[in-house]
Amino acid sequence: MTYIPISPKERDAMLETVGVKKLDDLFDSVPAKHRFPTLNLPPAITEMEAAAELGELATANESTKDLISFLGAGMYNHYIPSVVDHILRRGEFYTAYTPYQPEISQGTLQGIFEYQSLMSTLTGMEVSNASHYDGATAAAESINLAWAVFRGKRTKVVISPTVHPQYREVIRTYTQGMDLEMAGDNAEADLETGPEALTELVDENTMLVIVQYPDFFGRIYDYTKLTELAHEKGALVCVVANPTALAMFKTPADMDADIVVGEGQPLGIPMWYGGPSLGFFTTRKKYVHKMAGRLVGETVDSRGQKAYVLTLTAREQHIKRERATSNICTNQGLLALASAVYLSLVGKKGLRQVAESCYHKAHYAAEQLSKLPGMGLCFSEPYFHEFALCVGQPVSEVNEHLLNHGFIGGYDLGKDYPALKDHMLVAVTEMNTKEEIDAFVQVLAEVAHD
Amino acid sequence: MNAPSNLKYTKSDEWFDPATGAMGLTDYAQDQLSDIVFVEHLVEVGDTIAVGDPIASVESVKASAETYASAAGTVTEINETLADAPETLNSDPFGDGWMIKVEGGEPGEVMDAAAYEAYCEEREH
Repeated sequence: MTYIPISPKERDAMLETVGVKKLDDLFDSVPAKHRFPTLNLPPAITEMEAAAELGELATANESTKDLISFLGAGMYNHYIPSVVDHILRRGEFYTAYTPYQPEISQGTLQGIFEYQSLMSTLTGMEVSNASHYDGATAAAESINLAWAVFRGKRTKVVISPTVHPQYREVIRTYTQGMDLEMAGDNAEADLETGPEALTELVDENTMLVIVQYPDFFGRIYDYTKLTELAHEKGALVCVVANPTALAMFKTPADMDADIVVGEGQPLGIPMWYGGPSLGFFTTRKKYVHKMAGRLVGETVDSRGQKAYVLTLTAREQHIKRERATSNICTNQGLLALASAVYLSLVGKKGLRQVAESCYHKAHYAAEQLSKLPGMGLCFSEPYFHEFALCVGQPVSEVNEHLLNHGFIGGYDLGKDYPALKDHMLVAVTEMNTKEEIDAFVQVLAEVAHD
Repeated sequence: MNAPSNLKYTKSDEWFDPATGAMGLTDYAQDQLSDIVFVEHLVEVGDTIAVGDPIASVESVKASAETYASAAGTVTEINETLADAPETLNSDPFGDGWMIKVEGGEPGEVMDAAAYEAYCEEREH
């Protein structure tokens, strides 16, 4: 971008126009003593010294490269082919901003279009937007869609207590001021009963039912019946799905879900320090006008050549203003591209192999861990690559022991579910070798007791 | 610019037919919006509406607008064909492009065709 300087002449003309003498006069309302506060900074150091200091700080971090991780709970440690990063780092993608102008943005637009097509295929839904910031915000946006569909005439949302606790928190933050009635979102609910318990809460005022697939504890439920009952009451159903699991199990579309959202991080995006990540959002074509976010479509240009453009933009807030479904007009472009590249590289079969590898390794780990005295699986339902393990003692202590032996242990479920005190959520992916799983079991055996 | 003389017009570019109770968007409005790609009714049959209530949301390739009720009354009919053929609003705004019909239609502040034409002309310049 061209830097536009300002000449003294132009500056003086502007100052005269606004009626002040000098630039400082514009800051009159800020007390002088607060304008240039003395900052408490250490003395300046050289670049060499700074590099050494920062390098030292960086080595204090321990990542999944240094430790063996069995932690998931929303972020999963999957292999990322190196090509993903190489494509992301291309300047054409890395620096591109929102593609308003199709004549100069065909690459970015096509990348988004491919991403949308892949996500639609994976979830089985007809339409995907260009993505959201993360799975939690995508889940919250499903409420905006339902609200718009019913034009505010229905005000109740039923949320399963086994939707990710942090997602439920984001949803509560996102919807404050909307005057909604939230039902089911109760950490003290009976976690054994499954989705049937939710159907009792669905009534004629319910606009949306939100469930997770697999749920927060890794359990796989078929939501077909729930969807059918919700639809009988006229409500929509949103499934928060793990994209890796979709390569192996029945899709939410097959269960007749209306909206399928989720966290795209498992698809070629590192866990980093918890973000940035990618929220995917897919729905039925009939709801496309109520969907938030960008949407790229395929068309032909004036010469009849295939071309990509932003589509149905009039539904977005920069045009529709306060009547738009959402104030989200942006997308997670670079990370959506990462997922598109990842999915293209591993392919349909490859993703299924990843999913199956996760599934089998998790089941092997669960089987071995269940043999330890005082430990056992908390639930008996089928599960994917994550399971709630009773460890019979404070999870923080178990995890400290694991960390001393080079392992990142599971998520402490007692933090979010009082009934699951002394339970950890263990995640196993294709990254965990059999030897690592065996070593993990062995280290846990050292603290296991009846 | 076309404005049939049997209709009444609002300043926000809607028309009302006192004979049939139908209402919709004017030719001037559809021309300003350009290609209309989506129409969604915001009222249902049986609803009682007041003058100025939003009755439909319209999206074109470059803009989005709400259509307001040009008359008060009870909604008796919705033009469902617009959902699948929103371009009808461009091709036949005063005919097949009608949006809803009301019973006992009581128009608000409206103009006759000549006044509306003058009003549109004024905005052209």
